[in-house]
Order: sequence, then C-alpha cells, then structure tokens
Amino acid sequence: MTDPRRIKPPMGPDNGWWWDMAAAGKLGIQRCAGCQTLRHPPTPMCGDCHSTQWDTVEASGAGTVCSYTVLTHPQFPGYQYPLIIILVDLAEGTRLTSQLVDCEPENVEFGLPVEMIIQEDPDGFKLPVFKPAGAA
Amino acid sequence: MRDVYLIGIGQTKTTKNAGIRGRYLAADAIEQALESAGLERDRISMLVTGNMMSGMLTQQQQLGALIADVVGLRGIEAATVESACSSGAAAARWAFMGVAGGFHDAAIVCGIERMTHAGREDITAALATAADWELEGCKGESFISLNAKLMKLYMEAYGVTAADFAHFAITAHDNGYTNPNAFLQKQIDFDTYMNSRMLVDPVKLFDAPPVCDGAAAVILACEDVARAAARSGLPLIKVAGSAIGTDSLALAERVDQLQLSGVALSTKRAFAQAGVSKDDIDLFELHDAYTIITSLSLEAAGFAEKGRGVHFGKDGEIALDGKLPISTMGGLKSRGHPVGATGVYQLAETYMQLTGTAGANQVPGAEVALIQNIGGTGATVISHVLMAA
Repeated sequence: MTDPRRIKPPMGPDNGWWWDMAAAGKLGIQRCAGCQTLRHPPTPMCGDCHSTQWDTVEASGAGTVCSYTVLTHPQFPGYQYPLIIILVDLAEGTRLTSQLVDCEPENVEFGLPVEMIIQEDPDGFKLPVFKPAGAA
Repeated sequence: MRDVYLIGIGQTKTTKNAGIRGRYLAADAIEQALESAGLERDRISMLVTGNMMSGMLTQQQQLGALIADVVGLRGIEAATVESACSSGAAAARWAFMGVAGGFHDAAIVCGIERMTHAGREDITAALATAADWELEGCKGESFISLNAKLMKLYMEAYGVTAADFAHFAITAHDNGYTNPNAFLQKQIDFDTYMNSRMLVDPVKLFDAPPVCDGAAAVILACEDVARAAARSGLPLIKVAGSAIGTDSLALAERVDQLQLSGVALSTKRAFAQAGVSKDDIDLFELHDAYTIITSLSLEAAGFAEKGRGVHFGKDGEIALDGKLPISTMGGLKSRGHPVGATGVYQLAETYMQLTGTAGANQVPGAEVALIQNIGGTGATVISHVLMAA
C-alpha cells in the first residue's frame, strides 16, 4: 500500500484537466488546436506553431518503455522501493514519465510493451501508472 | 556600450491562489510583451528571469530554461537572477548588460513569483531568507519585524508618529484603485490606515504589502531593433541608466541604521550614467514595500533631507499631478508585491507612463523616471532611469 504522503503535483486551470481525466480512469494528451501536434506534459503554448489554443484526446494507454531506472536510494516517504520509474513512448507518439508496477526490477527492459492502469493512493489520489502489457 | 531601449511590456493581473502555474503566468506576460513590441520571437536571443522563492515554495528551479521552453524559445540563452525582492530589476539589469554589451540584440526580462498556494509559515520563512540568516533569520526575525525595527527607530529619532506615514499608503491605494492589474484595487482613508491590524508594532497591515502571485515581462533591445519595431505615435523609451548598489544584509552591521546606503549608491550611479539629476525626475517608482522604506528611500535618493522623508508628499507632491509622483500604479502596497516579479511590474508601469498609455493613472508630461527595486531591507538596490527619447 502506498503511503498517502506522495508529493502532489501542481494542478491549475491549464493542467487540471489532465488530473481530472486521470481521476476518471483516463490518460489524457494535450493536442494543439493550431497544428494538431500532440504534446505532454500540458503547456500553455505549442512548441511547434506557438498557438495557445488546444484541446485534449484520450490515449489508448498502450506504450513501450523508452528508458527506465530502478530507485533504491535515497528514499522519500510516500513511495515504495525499489521504485521503477519509466519513460514511456505512448502509441500516440508522446512521452511521459511514470511508474512501472506489477513487475520485478530484473524484468524491466528497453522496449518492454506496457499498458496504463490507474493506481489509487489510500487518500484517494489517482495516478496513471503502467504494468507490463498482458500481465495479470 | 550600446544604447538600450525598452520596447514592449506584459503584465498579468496580480492574483491570489488562482492555482495557475508559474509557467502559465510567465507565458502570458511574455506573449503580451512580444505583441506589445510587435517583435517576432526569433529576434529574441536571451531570457532572464527574476524570481526569489520558486525553489522553496514550488520545488522548481531553473526557471530560465523552463520558461524559454514553454514560450517557444527553447535553445536560447536563459537563466534566473535572484536578489530577493529585487530579483525582477536584477534580471532587467542582467538583460541590459547583455544588450548594452553587444551580446544580444533583443532580450526578454520576466519576473515571476507564486506564493499564495503555500502556508503562511512557509511564506514567512521563505521571505526571511532575504535577511542575513546567521545574524537575523535564525533569531526569529521576519521581514515585518525588521521593518518594524527601522520604523520604531525612525519615529524615536525624529519625533514622528505612525499617523505621519499614512499618506504613503493612501496615495498608493488611490493609484491602485484605477489600475486593472492591481491586487488590492481599493481606496483607503486615514481611519482605515490607522485602524488596520497591528502586525509587529509599529507596522500595521496597511504599512505592509500584500502577498500575491504574478508575472510581468519587458523586452529590452538595441537601437536598430527598437527603431524597426517602433510604433507610430509612441516615443522610444531609452534605458538611460541601470545600476546596482549594495549594503550589508543585516541591519546590525550598519553604522547608521536609518541610512539606506544602497539606495544612495544605486541612485548616484544610475543618475551619472543617464546624465540626469534629481531635478530632472518626473516620477519616482520607488520600492514602497513598507511605509518606512518609502521615507528612507526618498531621503537616500536625495529627494528629502534626512529625517524629513516621512513628511514628503503631505501636501500632494507625491500624487499623480504632484511634483514627484510615486507608486503611480499602486506600488507594492496596492498593485501588490509578487516578490521576484515586482521590479519588472515597476518597469512595465513606468513604460506606460512615459509612452502616455497609463490611462486614468497617467502622470501628465512624464518624460524621465527613476525606478527603484530593493532586496531585503536595502541590501541590494537596483535603479533604472527610463527616458522618452
């Protein structure tokens, strides 16, 4: 069980929607309304066409491990160790940093197919994390 | 050294706990500034951010590169400058040197601070890091207590009372009332000032600035870029002077407690650079963090005799139509004091005054202005002289 003292990210009018989607069990991606480029994390402006107009799409949740690290030291309260942090290439083309669960540290590898699941902390905070694709 | 011009401004309305992330506030201010300057973003090769407490209150540092990335300027030279409450003007000074020195043709200065999401104890502790931690901060001194110490001594030394400071707060609020970007957009009268809550005797609520969030941006450019971007009907605004003066952080280390040496040094240097004297100044956008600092600044900058600063302006000299208007858009008291952003708000507001675009707050015929941003109780003092060219 994860300790409720996980450090909470800032959530405001410009990125709160992403956490609202997570709370609803969905993984969101921001889409530029000017050039349709997908981007993550949510930012005020498109890095390609500089448009500040955007909407959102729901990701399939499928991706592959682009990079990973297994954390053992130092340890912050609120997290379970060893903690597997992964950089995921989503099927849609954007990347996000997340956590790999339901996987032993020795089994994580580059290119590992993963799928998103929603993890709920004891305090009700919901966070999209990933597990190996097809794992129970 | 090349001439430097201020060619565009952007300001967000100072807010409280709107939950808006710092990068969003900064992007808003910078977009406004680019539009105001009529400049394509590919002309910008430098971004200097001014910020004090982001690391302590939002766990975020490296705002220079972060904000550059967010506003579509990934790759350019960018870094943050910190000098407590004067971080904003320090950022402007760095950008000024970048342009004046010929390293960059156009630079963005962005002041940004977010603090209202944090608890009062955390904010107070973060602000106290601007004092000398070993000599003051670790003893429990806060910024309010340090200013209270100065105010009490001033009242004792010159035989004045708390009521003598009222007109500074009232004037600031009169001006902030008509500034749409101000945080406390309301007027106060003498009784409201006198009856306001005592914070640390003798500093009352209306002697002190409000805690708020905000971002402001200005664009500095060399003459070629400034002339190419010039808007018809608006005068070019030259940054004629830019200087920093310093003093000890701890009050205890100062021989004369009631002399802001940093203000005197900084003003003298900026005036010399601009080739002006105090008589040329049409408005003084000073650092009215506390009413006592207003009094001491007026004295150290040469506008009032020592011990007489508190009386300056009682006959209306500091009003918008007075001889030396101060806090023309509300100052720190009414516009608010988003710490690391304040110095950039001051520059943006003064640009409005000198271009005749200050609306209801317009100082008639303003052509030369002194802008002063102070870190701590006078340890870092940054002065700019802006001039309609």
